[in-house]
Amino acid sequence: MKFGIIVFPGSNCDQDCVHVLKDVLGQPTVALWHQDTSLKGCDAIVLPGGFSYGDYLRTGAVARFSPIMGAVTSFARDGGLVIGICNGFQILLEAGLLPGAMLRNIGLQFICKFVTLRVERTETPFTNRFSPGQVVRMPIAHNEGRYTVDPKTLREIGGQVVFRYCDAGGQLVDSANPNGSTDCIAGLTNRAGNVLGLMPHPERASEPELGSSDGRLVFESMLEALVHA
Amino acid sequence: MPDLALLKRLAKSHNLTQENYAHIVEVLGRQPTLTEVGIFGVSWSEHCSYGSSKPYLKLFPTKGKRILVPAGKENAGVVDIGDGIAVAFKVESHNHPSAVEPVQGAATGVGGIIRDIFTMGARPIALLDSLRFGALNGNPRTRFLLEGVVKGIADYGNAVGVPTTGGEIIFEKTYAENPLVNVLCIGVLPKRTIAHAAARGVGNPVLYVGSSTGRDGLGGASFASRELSEGSDADRPAVQIGDPFTEKCLIEATLEALATGDVVGIQDMGAAGLTCSTCETATRGGCGIEIDVLKVPRREEGMTPYEVMLSESQERMLLIVKRGKEARVKKLFAKWGLNAVEIGRVTNDGRMRVKEGETAVADIPASALTDDAPVYRRPVKKPRYLAKAQRLLVRRLPEPKDYTAALVTLLGAPTIASKAYVYEQYDHMVQTNTVVLPGRADATVLRLKGKSKLLAATTSGNGRYCYLDPYQGGALAVAEAARNLACVGARPLAVTDCLNFGSPEDPRIMWQFKGCVRGIADACRAFDTPVTGGNVSFYNESPRGAIDPTPVIGMIGTITFQPLTANFKDEGDAILLLGETREELGGSEYLATIHGRKAGKPPRVDLKAERALQEFMVEAASRGLVKSAHDCSDGGLAVAIAESCIMDEAHLIGATAQFGVRNSEFGIKAGQSKIQNPKFAWMHSCSASPPDASWSAARGITWNWWSTWPGVTACPPP
Amino acid sequence: MKAKVYITLKPGLLDAQGKTIKSALETLGFKGVADVRMGKFVELTLNHGSASGAKRDVERMCKKLLANPVIETYRVDVQK
Repeated sequence: MKFGIIVFPGSNCDQDCVHVLKDVLGQPTVALWHQDTSLKGCDAIVLPGGFSYGDYLRTGAVARFSPIMGAVTSFARDGGLVIGICNGFQILLEAGLLPGAMLRNIGLQFICKFVTLRVERTETPFTNRFSPGQVVRMPIAHNEGRYTVDPKTLREIGGQVVFRYCDAGGQLVDSANPNGSTDCIAGLTNRAGNVLGLMPHPERASEPELGSSDGRLVFESMLEALVHA
Repeated sequence: MPDLALLKRLAKSHNLTQENYAHIVEVLGRQPTLTEVGIFGVSWSEHCSYGSSKPYLKLFPTKGKRILVPAGKENAGVVDIGDGIAVAFKVESHNHPSAVEPVQGAATGVGGIIRDIFTMGARPIALLDSLRFGALNGNPRTRFLLEGVVKGIADYGNAVGVPTTGGEIIFEKTYAENPLVNVLCIGVLPKRTIAHAAARGVGNPVLYVGSSTGRDGLGGASFASRELSEGSDADRPAVQIGDPFTEKCLIEATLEALATGDVVGIQDMGAAGLTCSTCETATRGGCGIEIDVLKVPRREEGMTPYEVMLSESQERMLLIVKRGKEARVKKLFAKWGLNAVEIGRVTNDGRMRVKEGETAVADIPASALTDDAPVYRRPVKKPRYLAKAQRLLVRRLPEPKDYTAALVTLLGAPTIASKAYVYEQYDHMVQTNTVVLPGRADATVLRLKGKSKLLAATTSGNGRYCYLDPYQGGALAVAEAARNLACVGARPLAVTDCLNFGSPEDPRIMWQFKGCVRGIADACRAFDTPVTGGNVSFYNESPRGAIDPTPVIGMIGTITFQPLTANFKDEGDAILLLGETREELGGSEYLATIHGRKAGKPPRVDLKAERALQEFMVEAASRGLVKSAHDCSDGGLAVAIAESCIMDEAHLIGATAQFGVRNSEFGIKAGQSKIQNPKFAWMHSCSASPPDASWSAARGITWNWWSTWPGVTACPPP
Repeated sequence: MKAKVYITLKPGLLDAQGKTIKSALETLGFKGVADVRMGKFVELTLNHGSASGAKRDVERMCKKLLANPVIETYRVDVQK
């Protein structure tokens, strides 16, 4: 299966995603430049983390207007698999492909550390390799990851939440919610389920020497979904 | 022609002496122009010319079979680590800018050192910061500086995508007015593709790439070389503003450009911007350079040639490109949204010629600004404070009433306490090479994707030791850096150093400087770790006096097996104390924190024995005999044990240990010999297979096998 | 009484945010944007007798806290 990693100026996790998909999972992987308008026949698209355009206005606000985003939007509307990690998630929110918005972390500081997450749904193309309620470890690294959404939308998207910040025992407690996200939301899909945004970095937790391989299951799930599609 | 009085006033504002001025007239054979005075001023500033330190820096060992680029030849030293891979690394200070504006000062420090690394053709893979602040308690300015510096490092490093994986933070009164911000960057590159900071090929075009030039940071290089006076708040326009987004694009564009083979020379515009980059590349290439300031992209109206030449706007580079290939290179930078403008060409006459359109504004022999800049033989005098400061009667020290309380106090001392508050603000995982996370070991460990070898790096430096004995302090900094590497299982390869001192015009400071350099040089010889470059930062003073002399050693090494971390692993394991014990308490953190004293002599270091100990440590680790290792550093033995118990929050463990000394000596032992003696490394071994005693004895290593002592085992917390 | 404080980078200092926004606007087809400067806006509600006294106070707040005088300038508008 062919993966495409979008490279915006200021992306800095693009090569990390290429490494996992190409070297760890052995999949054909191409970098797609933000000025391109074609997805070059990719089966799945990754919007990587980083600071696209410096995140100088709002995170993801400028990147969403990149020429490639037109192709990504059509691809998503047609049911193609799109995953946005960290800054990629922020871009998907700005682009309107996912509901909600990001605020600065509640502690007003950048946070980089491993967190524990509870897998809320396993029937998605991004989580079919997890077991229901499984508690997994992945790192976060962001300044603006406090997911926020109005109460009405929150009720509507309840079924779209895929990952929640939790403690080691799987409990949703404030002390385990690193950035103050609404309802401990760490990752969610669109209604159709083919677009995922998540703040934690699965590509940083895909090899045992990095302290966790849990993130690899996200990419393996995508592979599984694509193979059986 | 400007009048002489104005020229001399400008010269004075650049800290040029009358002798300097006469020298300039002699070199030029005429009176200088205003622009030339500025160019000489920044080039001959201590910051750029190393005028006071050069004679001593020659003492450092700089050669070795692994050294691909020796010290001073390029923007950073380069070391061959085998398997066809080379490592470029360097540490640099940004102390003075950080004292005035901590966020931007630290941020631009990070940006500058990253540029030094990727101009070598290396991809930057890690940053380490060695920071010093005043005492934390009760000083709001210290907090302001700490928060600002950390934010600056985080804002820049996180956005630019280079992980900040290690370093150190020390709080000590001496740095209250003059914090130290030393940043080390490491990059990797294929051994065969090292880029050069030299202008070659007469007629080759000179390209200016990156951000446009503004007045920000104007005169920053001279500013850094002046003592921070009461009036330094008025110096404000000298602050530079960093733009990590542009830097990220500049990294990618530059590495792509270097890969084409079209670039013959490259240098970043750091201190003294366009001035240093042109005269240094010309000198290195043995040729001349001619530029037109009107062609320099500008952000502001009405800039004079003087301002353009001295501006320290960030995220700019100078490229010398093969003639005929300009268009290709320009296109590459345009792809990343960056300026790439031809501003001049390489000449054959060894001169740095600056024009404004058709008008010549500077015409100087390039080497007069670099290799032939004035070198000063500063007077040296042993300071009088030493005799009194070194006096310490250990047995007269009051014993702590409560040892547990003393240990807890030490663990809570800002210098010793956990630095998670800081390193969690840094993205220390991007690029997915960080195999040992911050706070888990004595050195940072990075993998090199696709290679079996791991790279380890650390920084070390103890101003208190150097204040009490510059020679020992310098040697100890190197020894501790090497010990940090040994504790993760790495063998040391090479050193970069940042020498932070007071004013070189003070003979007592020069005495400290000389002593530290000699100590570092001897230790680097003993460990076979050549110095590959670095930076000297003088004038770290405030009206209250100079800082303690603080050389910071950055060291890299390699590991060929699973790296060690410092936390105890399993219940029932034995704890080993490796090395000799001596009664030494001088300059210890224990003495400072518990007794409020900076006194005594720092621990003696027997460099030969230290090296043997470290080699033994690495060999034992390579044989899988060791589960964890931690060196006895600030706070010493008791703190080292405690840290190994609590370092991993998810896996707390306890330890019982008997010190084997009279109870009344605990304080001494804890503070001194075992704690501060740098000859100790912690070993935590499989209880089942103790290393062969004859094997260790044959290597002349003394150690205490504590499991044979009553009550010495790791156990779960009560 | 309300005071509005506008804080921007000092003229001449690189405004990376402004620069990026300008080029994004150009990409979107907005012509004729000569320059963009990005800043902060702070609105204060004050219990203060006189407008001139309030303005003096707010300027002091700017110098001490709201703005970073090393790199930023500010403008204060006080409205009844």
